[in-house]
Amino acid sequence: MAREQSSYESFIKGLWRENPVFVQVLGMCPMLAVTNTALNSLVMGLATLFVLMGSSFLVASLKHLIPKQVRISLYIIIIATFVTIADYTILALLPAVHKELGAFIPLIVANCMILGRQEAFASRHGVRMAVVDAAGMSAGFMFALLALGGVRELLGNGSLFGVDLFGPGFEPWVIMILPPGGFITLGLLLLLFNWIAARKRAFLAEVAATEREML
Amino acid sequence: MSQHEPHLLLQPAPMLRQGMNTPRAMLDVWLALLPATLAGIWFFGLGALLVLLASMAGALATEWAFTPASRRRAAIGDNSALLTGLLLGLTLPPGLPLWMAFLGAAVAIGIGKVIWGGLGHNLFNPALVGRAFLLGTFPIAMTTWAPSGGPFWEIPPSLLALPFQSPAYDALSSATPLGLMKFEQQGTALPELLLGNTGGCIGETSGALLLLGGLFLLLRRDFDWRIPAGIFLAAATFSALLSLTGDGYPGPLFTLLSGGMLLGALFMATDPVTSPLTPRGAWIFGLGTGFLVVLIRVFGGFPEGMMYAILLMNAATPLIDRYTQPRVFGRGGGRDRGEQTS
Repeated sequence: MAREQSSYESFIKGLWRENPVFVQVLGMCPMLAVTNTALNSLVMGLATLFVLMGSSFLVASLKHLIPKQVRISLYIIIIATFVTIADYTILALLPAVHKELGAFIPLIVANCMILGRQEAFASRHGVRMAVVDAAGMSAGFMFALLALGGVRELLGNGSLFGVDLFGPGFEPWVIMILPPGGFITLGLLLLLFNWIAARKRAFLAEVAATEREML
Repeated sequence: MSQHEPHLLLQPAPMLRQGMNTPRAMLDVWLALLPATLAGIWFFGLGALLVLLASMAGALATEWAFTPASRRRAAIGDNSALLTGLLLGLTLPPGLPLWMAFLGAAVAIGIGKVIWGGLGHNLFNPALVGRAFLLGTFPIAMTTWAPSGGPFWEIPPSLLALPFQSPAYDALSSATPLGLMKFEQQGTALPELLLGNTGGCIGETSGALLLLGGLFLLLRRDFDWRIPAGIFLAAATFSALLSLTGDGYPGPLFTLLSGGMLLGALFMATDPVTSPLTPRGAWIFGLGTGFLVVLIRVFGGFPEGMMYAILLMNAATPLIDRYTQPRVFGRGGGRDRGEQTS
C-alpha cells in the first residue's frame, strides 16, 4: 500500500472514481431489478447503505478475531444479520414498498459489492476508515440507483417519486418499466460516465503536456 | 464514384474491379423499395408519407449528431442512414405519431448502429432494433392500424400527437391479415395480399411489388439469394405441415404473402452486415428465420414474428459464420483443424 488515504479521499472515491456501479460494475442484480421507480431505488439504496456500513463496522472491529480460513462465511453471516434487520424494518415501516421489492431485499446478502468491500477494504483497515469507505461506496451505489430509477420512472411513468410531472396526456414508455428498459438505461448511463471520464483524462493529459512545455 | 481512381494499379489478383460500393448498393435497395413504398403511400394516404419522412429525418439527424464532424460527409453520404430510416418507416403502422417514428429512427441509428462502431460493425439490423424498441415502448400505438383506402389527403389524427403525448385514435381502425387470422380465424383473399389494399405496416402490404423489388436486387446480385430462398422454403414447409393437421392453421401461400414476410425476407434478413457471409451459413440463417417466423406466428403471443425471427438469427450470425468457414485450400482433410465437416 502506497500511503494511507485520507478519510475524505476514501469517502469521495466511492462516489465517483471507484463508483461501485459505473466503474466496478458490481451489484448489477438490484441495480437492474428494483430500479423501475425512484422510490424503490431510494429504499434499496438506504437498505444497502445500512447493511454495508453495519457490516463494514463489524468486520473491521472483529478482523483480528476472524480466522483467515473461514472469513468469507463469517462475512456472509455478518452481512445476513444486517440484511435481516433491514428486511424487517422495511416490512414494518413501508409494507407496500417491501412487497414490490420482494425477494430483492434478502438478496442484498448476495450483492457482491458488499462482500467485496469486506474482503478488499474493511478487513484491512481501521474501524473509522472502514465505515467512511462503506459510506462512500453506498453513497455511490445509491447515486447510481437513483440515476437509473429516476430516468426509468420519468420515462416509464411520467412521474418522479410518484409525483406526476407531465400531466395526463403523457404517453408512457412501457419498455422503461420492464427489464429491457433497465438494461438499455444502464448501458446508456455507463456510456455517459465512461465518456465523461475519458474527457477528463484527455483534459488532464493536455494540462500536463502544457505544464511540461512551460517548464 | 466518389473513390479516387489511381493512374497505375499495383495489386495482386483478382484484377477485375466492380463498380460496387456502399452508396451504390444502398441506392439499389432504394430503387427496389420504391414501388412498394409508393404503393404504401397510395393506399394509406399522405399520413404514410409523413411517417416515412419523420423516420428518415430521425435517422439522418441521429447519424449527424453522433458522427464526428470530420467524418460526417462520408457517414451520411453512404445513404445507409437514409435507408435505415426508410426501412424502419416501412415497418411502422401508417397512423403512428410522427414523434414516435422519429424516436424509433433515432434508437435504430443510435443503439442499433452507432454504438457498435458504425456501419458494418452492428450485430443486429438497425431498422429492426428501432422497431423492436418502438413495439416494446408503445405497444398500443404500434398495433393500432389506420385503415387503408381512405381519402388521400386525410391524415389520421393520431399522427399529429405532440411529442411525449398520447395519440388520439380514430374510431376507425382496421386489422391486419395476420391479426384477423390469429384472433378471428379469418383468412384474406390472395389477390388482396398481392395487391396490398389490406391493413398493415406502410411497406409490407403490397406483396407483388415487394417481389418485384426483390427480383431487381436478385438480378443486380445485391443480396445472397440463399437467405430469402431459405426463409421461404422453411416457412412454406413448416406452415404446409401445420395446415395438413387441419386445425385451421394458415397455408403456405398465406404465410408467405402476409405480414412482414416479404419485406423482411427480401430487404431485412439480407442485410449483408448482419447475415452470414458463407453460402452454407446463408442457408442456415434463412431456414432458421423461416422456421422461427412460423413458430412465433402460430404458437407465440404476437400475430407477426418476422422481426423477432430476424433479430434472433442476427444474434446467431457470428456463430453460424464461425462454424461454416470453408476449408482453407491445401490444408488437408479438415479434421486436423477441429472443423465440423458436413
